[in-house]
Amino acid sequence: MGITFRKETFRDDFTFRNSPEHIRRFPFPFHEDAYMYAVNIEPHVVGPKGSVLENLIDVDEHYVAEMQDRALVLAEDPLRCQSLPHMTLAGWDLLELLMEQQALGYPEHFTLTRDGDRWRWINRPLGIDDTFTFGDTSTLPYGPMEYITRQSQGDFCILDQRDGNLWMDAGMVTTQADWSLDFDIGMNFFEWHAPVPLAHEKGIFVRALKFLTNIQQGKPARRLNWTMTINPRLDTSPENYHKWGPDRATVTPENVGDKVHLRVELQSFWRLPRSNGIVFPIRCYLIKMDELVTQPKWARHLHRVIRDLPDELANYKGLTRYRSTLVEWLSKLDDGSPTNPGFGPD
Amino acid sequence: MSTGTTKLDVVVSDVVPVNDLVTRFHFRRRDGELLPTFSGGAHVVVEMRDGERTRLNPYSLMGSPLDTREYTISVRRDDVGRGGSLFMHRNVKPGMEMVVSYPVNLFSLDLRAKKHLMLAGGIGITPFMAQTAQLAAEGGNFELHYTCRTASLGTYADVLRERYDRRVRLYHDDLDERIELDRLLSTQPLGTHLYVCGPAGMINWVRDRAASLGWPSETVHFEHFAAPQPGLPFDVTLAVSGKTIRVDEQQSLLEAIEAAGVDPPYLCRGGVCGQCETNVISCDGKFIHNDHWLSEEEHRSGKKIMPCVSRFEGRSLVLER
Repeated sequence: MGITFRKETFRDDFTFRNSPEHIRRFPFPFHEDAYMYAVNIEPHVVGPKGSVLENLIDVDEHYVAEMQDRALVLAEDPLRCQSLPHMTLAGWDLLELLMEQQALGYPEHFTLTRDGDRWRWINRPLGIDDTFTFGDTSTLPYGPMEYITRQSQGDFCILDQRDGNLWMDAGMVTTQADWSLDFDIGMNFFEWHAPVPLAHEKGIFVRALKFLTNIQQGKPARRLNWTMTINPRLDTSPENYHKWGPDRATVTPENVGDKVHLRVELQSFWRLPRSNGIVFPIRCYLIKMDELVTQPKWARHLHRVIRDLPDELANYKGLTRYRSTLVEWLSKLDDGSPTNPGFGPD
Repeated sequence: MSTGTTKLDVVVSDVVPVNDLVTRFHFRRRDGELLPTFSGGAHVVVEMRDGERTRLNPYSLMGSPLDTREYTISVRRDDVGRGGSLFMHRNVKPGMEMVVSYPVNLFSLDLRAKKHLMLAGGIGITPFMAQTAQLAAEGGNFELHYTCRTASLGTYADVLRERYDRRVRLYHDDLDERIELDRLLSTQPLGTHLYVCGPAGMINWVRDRAASLGWPSETVHFEHFAAPQPGLPFDVTLAVSGKTIRVDEQQSLLEAIEAAGVDPPYLCRGGVCGQCETNVISCDGKFIHNDHWLSEEEHRSGKKIMPCVSRFEGRSLVLER
């Protein structure tokens, strides 16, 4: 049984919804009533059936619509996809990883056949059947990274590792929480994290870099990050701030449930074998408040987290404008009873 | 979480003597599948079951990264070392089942380089075997200068000359041939990266000259796995696990800790990767630091030790393990 792909939009009329099964598999990021940064990294191993971790590269009911949205973003702004000249080999590494993982997890939708360096890739949801020579860019319609990331949910940053640091030297970034690949391209780990408040003082980035530069082949790692977005808009980029920034002023007590979305990023980290680079997929999951509060435990957790969030973090995540409206709305769903620890729904 | 590597179950598919000192070993996966892809410069840690002892030695992968049907390593016999290379030479036979780690690369090519200038000394040639194969397949620009004692001990010199012709330059100690290092380093095109692998003296010489001639440090790459040196036995208390252990003459501190059933993380076992860095709780004696990871200041502080290669002489040592 395959996935039933939804026809939906992430712009204009915003028809994006989660099915009831997808609400229950949402990667809710809070396991307790408070939130503060931590280097919350764990091994990226396969998780329970029916969760977003059932496969290491998750494909869900939003796949086709997300790929269509990506194509629209790229048509307007090709610089969302960039690869510095030395990163082509890493692009092939990523192509191999994503084809292998998608074919492994979803054989009814994707098939990879290899005969030496002659590869055939069938992507049924998008109607693609291509045969190409692995390593020969002239046999694909795009560079290897662009080709495969036009067919894979989530953003992808490929980091070159050298001089004891990681460098943002390639990426496909169209579903981002207000950061720009075009701005960050070529920066090192500390440079692109410079705007994050509080974490530098806690020494988090020094430790995180040490961990990431030691990620080993065959042992990927992951962490969750989160923010909030008004309307189910994937492309909340600085380049398009004029389109989505004003949305924050449109939240009213009446439309909180429909407009305010929790945005969770499942970030994973993989060592790439040929290039010795690191790929950093940032997979974005959206859920509107009306959907989220169908799980009473999540409603209680979220209310307490947003209410008690330090102001610096609320500002950085762009919540300040509508935070009080949201907290007020959520408070009605919080009876004050203790919540069980843990991420899962009730 | 542990940052060690995943293990691979392999079988020795061939053992090939290369010259008087060096033997090559071939490994295939026991399940017949392909081995993981790797990048030029990567090493694996080979586990050797030597009676009661487990030896774990790192060796550079020297095959082409494009062919993952097998991994190949070359081991130089060290008659006065701690015995790992002797075990490989004497005990490892075709058909033997062994365990190796996933590949780890601590000596990666900088793919931005317009040209890769490689300097090898002796058995330090092995990572360059894989790197040149990788670059040649991509049409990469490289030049290899290889110093060996004699023509007969010039491991793979013939293979390299045949593959890459004039891109390989050989220097024989017995014929008093020397790399004209200053001239070589002064005449490279912009965008050249320098790689050196060989004895410590050679690495220090090349790094020193490169720095003097104005090469930016980020364009100078070197790989030096220090083999653990034998030394006087000493006793150590592991405070976290509540054990007191003895480190024998021929044993490294890391091996003694592992033999006691405590498993610190490791990758290189040669003092470069930093994984096994251990805090010193108290000590009465002096450290013999042999690593390339801790700063001189950290060495002087007496608060940290790299147990893979460093030792201790004195009355007492308590570690946070």
